[in-house]
Amino acid sequence: MTLAVFFGCAFIAFGPSFALFVFTIAKDPLRVIILIAGAFFWLLSLLLSSLVWFIAIKASNSQDLTLQRGLLIFGVFFSVLLQEVFRFAYYRLLRKATEGLAAISDDDGSAISVRQMAYVAGLGFGIMSGAFSMINILSDSLGPGTVGIFGDSQYYFITAALMTLALTLLHTFWGVVFFEGCEKSRWWVIAAVVSLHLLVAGLSLLNPLYEGSLPPVYVITLATGVWAFFSSGGSLHSLSALCTLCGFESRASRTMTEVPLSKTPNPQPLPGRRSMWLPTAPGVCSRQES
Amino acid sequence: MIIMSSNILSGVDTVLDVGQSWITINALIWLWAFGFCHLLFMNTSDSEEDSYNERSALVQCESPTIPSYHQDHDMSLPQETDTKRGRPVSSGLDEPGLVERERAATPDGEEEELTLKYGAKHVIMLFIPVTLCMVVVVATIKSVSFYTEKTSQQLIYTPFKEDPNSVGQRLLYSLLNTIVMISVIVVMTIILVVLYKYRCYKFIHGWLILSSLMLLFWFSFMYLGEVFKTYNVAMDYPTLAMIIWNFGVVGMICIHWKGPLRLQQAYLIVISALMALIFIKYLPEWSAWVILAAISIYDLIAVLCPKGPLRMLVETAQERNEPIFPALIYSSAMVWMVGMADSNNPDSADERQRNEGGALAQEGVESEDDVALGGRRRCSAEEDLEEDRGVKLGLGDFIFYSVLVGKAAANGGDWNTTLACFVAILIGLCLTLLLLAIFKKALPALPISITFGLVFYFSTDNLVRPFMDSLAAHQYYI
Repeated sequence: MTLAVFFGCAFIAFGPSFALFVFTIAKDPLRVIILIAGAFFWLLSLLLSSLVWFIAIKASNSQDLTLQRGLLIFGVFFSVLLQEVFRFAYYRLLRKATEGLAAISDDDGSAISVRQMAYVAGLGFGIMSGAFSMINILSDSLGPGTVGIFGDSQYYFITAALMTLALTLLHTFWGVVFFEGCEKSRWWVIAAVVSLHLLVAGLSLLNPLYEGSLPPVYVITLATGVWAFFSSGGSLHSLSALCTLCGFESRASRTMTEVPLSKTPNPQPLPGRRSMWLPTAPGVCSRQES
Repeated sequence: MIIMSSNILSGVDTVLDVGQSWITINALIWLWAFGFCHLLFMNTSDSEEDSYNERSALVQCESPTIPSYHQDHDMSLPQETDTKRGRPVSSGLDEPGLVERERAATPDGEEEELTLKYGAKHVIMLFIPVTLCMVVVVATIKSVSFYTEKTSQQLIYTPFKEDPNSVGQRLLYSLLNTIVMISVIVVMTIILVVLYKYRCYKFIHGWLILSSLMLLFWFSFMYLGEVFKTYNVAMDYPTLAMIIWNFGVVGMICIHWKGPLRLQQAYLIVISALMALIFIKYLPEWSAWVILAAISIYDLIAVLCPKGPLRMLVETAQERNEPIFPALIYSSAMVWMVGMADSNNPDSADERQRNEGGALAQEGVESEDDVALGGRRRCSAEEDLEEDRGVKLGLGDFIFYSVLVGKAAANGGDWNTTLACFVAILIGLCLTLLLLAIFKKALPALPISITFGLVFYFSTDNLVRPFMDSLAAHQYYI
């Protein structure tokens, strides 16, 4: 218990998103604002869905436990749907804002593309969702106590942390894929994202049967991650170039603009031009057209 | 001062009661002082004859005719009447203001983009100190139990004691408390405006110095005492005296005279946090919420109505081309141009003198005459040019934001509510800055943020909390 569990669960749940924030978002003020606005939109969706659930609870018989549980499950699914609606609303808002930012093209990369906004918005949703799921649990884990003293599972904290991590990453991937689908008007993509989200929420209903919920959720996370990678313009070519050249060469002295190795868009190399990946800083590669 | 206390005086309580009297004196001073402080300032004093072209300054490094930036409130320094640029009084988003002047030169679309580009940076420059202040307040609330213990002592401005048993009476008394508090603030603000109009600067400065003295010495002493009690740290009075003395004196120098920008910012954040903690402790429960709502409405009225006291204050200051009490405004401008006076420029001595006189001289002072040299210097410091115009936010705004988040943290152990209020306030600040970029005049920074904060506090506390608790109990994830 206490500090070990607290730090362990905190790092499991928030480590990757914190790293993503520090390395890709913190330097750019516009991305920070988009992140916080994304968090705000997720919060709005949660607020509305809690309102609906609360009304349903108050209107029903509070003694009937199965009814309460059923209403909670309804609340879960309704909240998922509302989150996706708000994701779409945020997409529309960002599209409107892009027109305002679109003409800043002659500057040093201060413009932000829709793909970057998709990633940042997804991460905003993910961080807020993770924070709301995990923070109270973390603060409880600091204090004295026995986990599962009434017969519940002992692995509460660690599974909560793992589930939070999966959900944060999933929100990020869904953001990328969703915005891409909206951009290209591929409505099946949107339907797929919504159904995946519903599936993940449904799988979490199997808790505390953790074998039924955690491995499938992680499989879905991996699959969605791969989907998001290819959807945002990555390719096997760029992956292999990443692996061979980056680890191979030592730090070069070229000063090129850094391209972080996350899901930010890497436009496909134009046919007929070879693009070389050159390291500019430890662990970071940038692309130079040859 | 009549202290409302039901304690029998003992040795400790005597000290505490003396402390309470000082608290009430100081709270009086501060209520008055930040009655005008919760403004977001926008420079509108630059008139039409401004000829600077900031974009060309960035791109071409010509003599860019950047306006002088006088922040000194020492009125004895000679004002330059010949400069047509005027001085930014307390400039908020200066770039939009500057960009606005070159409307003839650049098309509207580019102006919008420049606004947005600089706007994002300034939003972050305000997010960070607001976040830091809130973090300090929340950390203190969660660890030091002194600030959440309910006492029977109250500030003199909230004379009605709330009775927890009767809802109706509690509501009524909190409304009455609010009326009293807001009236005190209104009266104080009007007194301030009158004093300012009749140029009683010495009085105002003396009062400000006295209030920051109280805050830096007495309140920080109390705070340290409580922290030591919480962590059971043994401390002797001589060491404590030395710590408090150093802290206080350096703080006074940084805030009222000059010092490194970061240190000044840190001190302003710390004193805002201290003041917010005092409010959290001594305002009764329901009164605090009603006061927050009322003060944002008052802020809206006072700044935007033509006869509002704050608006009159800003306009008077702009007419006279004077800054408004930089000691009580957080400025995020970066350091540049300090000590960069050119040796063969005869006006550099003048500039240095003005540098010494200014309270916030770090923001850089440049006379009209060494503009050309300044332009060339600025070529090398091109990237600093963007950062030399900071955004300014009144300390009252910091205080009330932190009060809201602190109260959210103090109620129960729910972190979701605190986080929701935090995000809501940041978004409100972002929207306010957006409006500032659009309207380009002094705007109240409280209404939008406090409204969002209050809405999110009550809805998260009553609606979201049971929902999330039920989900967490079953380990369902949404």
